[in-house]
Amino acid sequence: MTIRLEPRTSVPRWLSPALTLGAVAVALVISGLIIAAVGGDPIASYLHILNASFGSVGVLSDTLVKATPLILTGLACALAFRMRLWNIGAEGQFLLGAWGASAVVLFPLVPAGTPGIVLIPLMMVAGMAAGGLWGMIPGLLRARLAVNEIIVTLMLNYVALFWIQFWVFGPWSESGFQQTKTFPEEAWLPRLSDFASSVPAFGGLTVHLGLIFGLVAAGLLWLFLERSRWGYEIRLIGDSPRAARYAGIDIAKRLIIVFVISGALAGLAGMSEVSGSVHRLQDRISPGYGFTAVIVAYLAKFQPGRVVVAAILFGALILAGREIQPSGVPAMIQGIILFTLIVSDVLVRYRIRIERTAPTPPPMAAGGPPPVTAGGGDGG
Amino acid sequence: MTAAATPGSPPQPTPFPLAVEARGIVKQFPGVLANDRVDFELRRGEVHALLGENGAGKSTLMNILAGLYRPDAGEIEVEGVPVAFGSPRDAIGAGLGMVHQHFTLVPSQTVTENILLGLDRPRFLLHERASEAEIGRLAERFGLRVDPRARIWQLSVGEQQRVEILKMLYRGARILIMDEPTAVLAPQEADDLFATLRSMTAEGRSIVFISHKLGEVLAIADRITVMRRGRVTAAGLPAAGATKADLARLMVGRSVLELLDRTPSTPGEVVLALHDVTADNDRGLPALRGVSLDVRAGEIVGIAAVAGNGQSELAEVVTGLRPCGGDILIGGRSVANTSASTVIRQGVAHVPEDRAGVGSAPNLSLTDNLIMKRYRDSPVARGWLIDNTSAHAIATELRETYQISTPTVETEVRLLSGGNLQRAILAREIETKPGLLVAVQPTRGLDVGAIETVHKLLLNMRARGTAILLISEELDELIALSDRIDVVYEGRIAGSFTAGEAEIGQIGLLMTGGADSDHETVA
Repeated sequence: MTIRLEPRTSVPRWLSPALTLGAVAVALVISGLIIAAVGGDPIASYLHILNASFGSVGVLSDTLVKATPLILTGLACALAFRMRLWNIGAEGQFLLGAWGASAVVLFPLVPAGTPGIVLIPLMMVAGMAAGGLWGMIPGLLRARLAVNEIIVTLMLNYVALFWIQFWVFGPWSESGFQQTKTFPEEAWLPRLSDFASSVPAFGGLTVHLGLIFGLVAAGLLWLFLERSRWGYEIRLIGDSPRAARYAGIDIAKRLIIVFVISGALAGLAGMSEVSGSVHRLQDRISPGYGFTAVIVAYLAKFQPGRVVVAAILFGALILAGREIQPSGVPAMIQGIILFTLIVSDVLVRYRIRIERTAPTPPPMAAGGPPPVTAGGGDGG
Repeated sequence: MTAAATPGSPPQPTPFPLAVEARGIVKQFPGVLANDRVDFELRRGEVHALLGENGAGKSTLMNILAGLYRPDAGEIEVEGVPVAFGSPRDAIGAGLGMVHQHFTLVPSQTVTENILLGLDRPRFLLHERASEAEIGRLAERFGLRVDPRARIWQLSVGEQQRVEILKMLYRGARILIMDEPTAVLAPQEADDLFATLRSMTAEGRSIVFISHKLGEVLAIADRITVMRRGRVTAAGLPAAGATKADLARLMVGRSVLELLDRTPSTPGEVVLALHDVTADNDRGLPALRGVSLDVRAGEIVGIAAVAGNGQSELAEVVTGLRPCGGDILIGGRSVANTSASTVIRQGVAHVPEDRAGVGSAPNLSLTDNLIMKRYRDSPVARGWLIDNTSAHAIATELRETYQISTPTVETEVRLLSGGNLQRAILAREIETKPGLLVAVQPTRGLDVGAIETVHKLLLNMRARGTAILLISEELDELIALSDRIDVVYEGRIAGSFTAGEAEIGQIGLLMTGGADSDHETVA
């Protein structure tokens, strides 16, 4: 029996989403086998994950809290990937965004006691500016000097990490711990639980305004990519830079802008995390949101609406990780999902043919003379 | 000529008079039946031309023979043995190799390395010296001059083609399919290729020669099969006795030999003026060495040049895609070293040489490709947004007007045939209502029917008062269309002719630098 790949000449509309779902299903089966192989019960594990992330309003709210930074960083990656700019630096841009927002409170850039209505927008601007500037570095290098953005963004992640560590171990350290002091409440994004006095059902729900940032950003990005002139230009540059140049598009300028916006989105994620969830800057502020964002963007096929769905899925996995086994199983599932997704991309381009004997004549020739192996090569 | 015997073949017996026999091949693509019960036979030791318009199904049929596609129905025998190839590797294993229009070579590797690439032998260690010698001998035997140690990027297109042929011969190909091999070659290189093909048939190898150039088909082929719209309209016609007119009729189903309805031009004011323009090519070497010329409204100025004499760079400096020295005025305004978008806003349309790589975005829809030059303007643009309804309406209308045949306007343009893609590009460019059109090789690779459409469109634009700079390697085309012709040789204008006095021999001499011209010489 032989298995062959044949190029597809057309791709039906349903194929790509179907393959994405199929890839996730296959990943769950493979992960299940691994769980079973080490003596676990895969069904029970999955039910547990489901229960731990979607089982009640309370955990659903926690899932959404985890999903919030993933939505924003996922959008950051999706935007850049649309233009074939491989920004894998969302992690660093996220950290810089968190740092920028913290700086407003901790330097402090505004007097203590500034009301939230002023403070929070300032923190957003600072976070987005810091993330955007961090994104601008690979953008400029790529646009002006043709430096590979993958290497630059990857390396800048580590620079950002050390930058954060410097501040939380040094100037901003709270009595020697690797974290800053807790922000004043004016610097906190409103949470549902803040309204528990008027709506008792909101009690204990930690989901915060950052989720709204994510949803609004997804909506705006959709409008930007699918309906705006810039979105058209990004599509054109992504597919054929030479055609884009011919159409009179200044590619270098677009490239820098896209990197800045991408960085700003990741920066906003960092701001939303410190202001909405952690309420301080600390060493391990991100469990790798910016890297998971790459998978989220891929799973969503770079489409903003689907980024939200994928981010919630991965938010659930991160949350469940604390329940069943820190980092182990969920990280494995994430990795396997990325793997099956990339494999499934091949199936969008090719179709698989399985043949019983190697190789048989096409079906219509079945009544003809007996097949002869053509692949053997009878020498020249 | 029509006998099954193989002229000049080696003394070995010929057990299979037919090298390839295909019967009832059917291949359906979405929206098009590419091959409709096609029969094809290739005799041993012949050059068999497969002639047809773009989209007639020639390449599909040959891709099936070469193992790239599977037929939906039909049978294939190679040297009397039924085969069903699942991959090109199977095909070459059976002695059947194809040289594609687009080469598949690794630029940074040597000729030898490229030829050995993907072979099972040698298993682990490369004995490069031995392989080099072997390849050298093979090359000499068939007159394929190429240095086995040269790296691919150092080679000309013609030499790269020789490497592709060698690759197939080295793998033991007894049957060679050449897909439009002369499309990328200079005339001298084409002659060399023909000599190579003859030396191969003399050894009993068989060749399928895909083309739509009638002249060269008659020059090289022993027999001709003509295809049209997925069907064979003439099978195995002896080349001796066939005429261009017959073949053209079989190809397009009607008689279309160049009958251009050309009215005298009424040139208006100067639209494009070049003053002593210089420019470098991609390698940083001088490509234009002081070119001055004018194009007036309502006239076609042809640029005649052999590939590589600076005409591509000329088109790029005029359209703002390449920096230059000297001055370029469009409508009286200097645009040298501005930008492509400035030039577009000055009302310049451009039909680029590389349709698939520059003139279109292959994975975007026909609609997206048709709005490429007008997405900034109303009605497609509404403020910062793109009005998809309006874009769709425009695409639908252009598809109708310019007869771009696709299943829908949402079809990705990489699925379009060459002629359809060129119609789409011309539709887009013409509809910008340009003051100046720069058209580079607008009919290269197109079939007779599509060429006629392109010529008509250009003459219509001229009648509407558009200034046209036409850069072409087809002298017949230049003479048929141009009001004036400038000959460019090594980055300079070597001579200028007006429509009446243009004479093909004189132009040819100037193009090749072989003339001490006593003719009126500009620049």
